[in-house]
Amino acid sequence: MKTGLIAAISAFCLIAAGTQAADQIKIGYITTLSGPGGALGKHMKDAADLALEKLGGKLGGIPTEIIYGDDQLKPDVGRQVAEEMLKKDKVDFIDGVIWSNVLLAIYQPVIGSGTILLSNSAGPQEVAGAMCAPNFFTTGWQNAVPAEAMGIYMNSKKIDKVFAMAPNYTAGKDIVAGFKRTYKGQLVAEVYTRLDQTDFQTELTQMRAADPQAIFIFEPGAFGIQFFKQFDQAGLHGKIPVYSVFTTNEIILPALGDAGVGVYETGFWSPALKNPANQEFVAEFRKKYNYVPAEYAATAYDGIRLLDSAVKAVKGDLKNKKGLIAALDKANIASVRGPFKYNINHFPIQNYYLLKVAHEADGSYMREVESTILTNYGDSYYKECKMKP
Amino acid sequence: MQPLILLEQGLNGIQFGMMLFLMAAGLTLVFGVMNLINLAHGSLYMIGAYVSAVAFASTGSYLLAIAAALLAALAVGVAIEIVVFRTLYPREHLDQVLATFGLILFFNEIVRMIWGATPLSANLPKFLGGQINILPGVPYPSYRLAIIALGLLMGLALYLVVTRTRIGMLIRAGASNRIMVGALGINIALLYTLVFGLGAVLAALSGLLAGPIFAVESGMGENVLILAFVVIVIGGIGSIRGAFIAALLIGIVDTIGRAFLRPLLGTFMAPSSADSAGPALASMLIYMLMAVVLFFRPQGLFPARVR
Repeated sequence: MKTGLIAAISAFCLIAAGTQAADQIKIGYITTLSGPGGALGKHMKDAADLALEKLGGKLGGIPTEIIYGDDQLKPDVGRQVAEEMLKKDKVDFIDGVIWSNVLLAIYQPVIGSGTILLSNSAGPQEVAGAMCAPNFFTTGWQNAVPAEAMGIYMNSKKIDKVFAMAPNYTAGKDIVAGFKRTYKGQLVAEVYTRLDQTDFQTELTQMRAADPQAIFIFEPGAFGIQFFKQFDQAGLHGKIPVYSVFTTNEIILPALGDAGVGVYETGFWSPALKNPANQEFVAEFRKKYNYVPAEYAATAYDGIRLLDSAVKAVKGDLKNKKGLIAALDKANIASVRGPFKYNINHFPIQNYYLLKVAHEADGSYMREVESTILTNYGDSYYKECKMKP
Repeated sequence: MQPLILLEQGLNGIQFGMMLFLMAAGLTLVFGVMNLINLAHGSLYMIGAYVSAVAFASTGSYLLAIAAALLAALAVGVAIEIVVFRTLYPREHLDQVLATFGLILFFNEIVRMIWGATPLSANLPKFLGGQINILPGVPYPSYRLAIIALGLLMGLALYLVVTRTRIGMLIRAGASNRIMVGALGINIALLYTLVFGLGAVLAALSGLLAGPIFAVESGMGENVLILAFVVIVIGGIGSIRGAFIAALLIGIVDTIGRAFLRPLLGTFMAPSSADSAGPALASMLIYMLMAVVLFFRPQGLFPARVR
C-alpha cells in the first residue's frame, strides 16, 4: 500500500517535471585548476562566475549552480570528473574543457548520455569533422584555424624559413598541421615537446642550429613562460622573432613583462577588440579580479551567456533537448568577439586577427589588434561533418 | 656545424644528468644505508624549490635564498625522520611506501595551502642569467654551466666523504651491519638522522637548481622522483658512484633521444610516421635502457659491495 502510494507520487512528480520548467540548473564545468595549466582554468572560472553573477545567478530566470571539476590536464582524470558530474551530480550541461585530449576522452560518455557539451576552448579536428554531434557546441575555435591564419600572414611577410614547435598531443598536431596547410615557405623543423615538459634547452639548441628566420610556437600557459625565459637565457631573445598562437596571451604576459612585447599572435579575440560587449566585459572583469582576461575568459563568459539564451528560448524546459540545440545554434548573444555564427558542425564562424603584444599606458600588457586576416571564417573540417544542419 | 650541435646537446644531457644525480644521490644513500624506500624525497625537492624561490623574491639575495632552502629542507627532513621514519625502519618496504606516499600527499596539500595552485616563477640572479661562449660563436647559458659545475663538485665531495672520512666509514659500516655498528658503541639512530638530513639537503639543492628551469608547483617532485628511481636502479642501489654514472647516462640518452631520434627515423621512414614515432620513442628510451640494464645486470651497474 505504502509503496504503491510512493510510486504513484513519484510517477506524478515525473509527469509534472516533464511539462514544467526546471527549478534548478546545474552546470558541470570541467577545467584545469592545478599544475602548469592551472592559470588557464583560473581565467575561465573567474569569467564564468562573472557571467553568472551578471545574470543574477540565474540562467533563463532559473537559479543556477556551477560545479567546478579539475581535470589536472589528464584525460583519464577529466573522464572521471565528467562521469561523476553526469551520474552523481546529474548536471544539465557540461561546459568548459581547455585541452583537446581531455575533450576527446570525455566526448563519447557525455555525447552518448545526451547531455549538451559546450566546449570553451578545445576544438580537435575529429570533433569538427567526422565525430561532430548535435549536442556538441563550442564557443572557442577549431584548433588549426589561428595557425592557418598565421601561415597566411607569414607568407605575406615573405618569411620563408620557419622552425615550428608544439606539444605532442592532439591540439599541438592540429595546430602544426593547420600552419602547414597555408604556409608556403620552408619548414626547417617541426618539433613536438612532451606535454609535461618545461625544460626546452634541447629544443633551443636545435633552434639555434637550424638558424630559422622565425619561430612558430604553441606552448600554452606556464609552458610558454618557461619557454620565453629559457629563450632569453639562451641569448636568442631579439635574434629570432617569435610568432605564436595561444601562447603569448594575457595569461603569461604579466609574467613575461617586456620580454613579450612585439611578439605576434593570431586569434579570434583580444581584450583590445573594440565592440560594446567586449569593452563592458573587459572593464568589469578587470575591476572585479584586477587582471587582464585572456581568450579563455572570453569564451567562458560567452559560454554561460549562450546557455542562458538557450534556456530562455525553451522557457526553462530543459527536457526539450531539440529546442535547446536549435536555440544554441542561433548563437543569439552579443558575443565579445563581435560577429559570431554557428557553422553546420557547431563550430563558430568568426573573424581571425593579427595581434601584437603591447605595453599599455596603464602599465598592463595586452595584445593589440593589428589587422584582420580571415573574415567570417569557419574551418577546414566542417565538410566532413555529416550532421543535418 | 654537426659536431657543434652534438657538443651542445651533450652539454644539455650532462646538465640534466647532474640535476638527476643530486636528486638520486640522497635517495640512494637513504635506500642503501638505511634500507628505506622514501617516496617523500620528491617533497623535500619541492620544499627546496619553493623556499628558494620565495626567499629570493623577497630578500633579493641568492645566497640567502640558497641557505634558507637548504636549512628548511634539513629541518623538515630531520623532523620527519624522527617522527615518521624511526618507526618504519624495522617494517617492510610496502609499509614504508604507504607511509611515505602519505607524506607526499600531505606536503603537496600544505604547499598548495600556503602558496596556492598557480606555479611560482623562480628567478635567476643577474650574474647567472646570461651566456658564456664555450667556443667562439657558441654561447651557452651560464646557469646551466653552473649546474654542471655544482653537480661535479657535489659528486666529488660525496665520494670523498663516503670513502675517505670517519663518518663515511660509519655510514658504510651501518649499511652492511647495523647491529654490529651499534654494538661497537656507535649511536646508530643519530647516524641515521645525519644521513637522512644529508639526503634532504641534496634533494633541496636539486630542487632549488630546478626551480628556474621547471615550474615551481605543488607535485613537482613526483616527475623527477620516478627518474631518480630509474637512476638508482640502473646505478645499483646504495652506490654514489653508480648514481653518478647512471644519472649522466640517463641525462645524455634522454637528451640525445629527444634531439636526434626524429631526424634519424626520418632517414628511413615517412616524415609523418617519424613525427609521431620519434617523440613517443624518445620518451620511452630511458625506460628501455633500464630494462636492458636490468636484464644483463639485475643488481645494477655498480652495486654497493656489501649487503
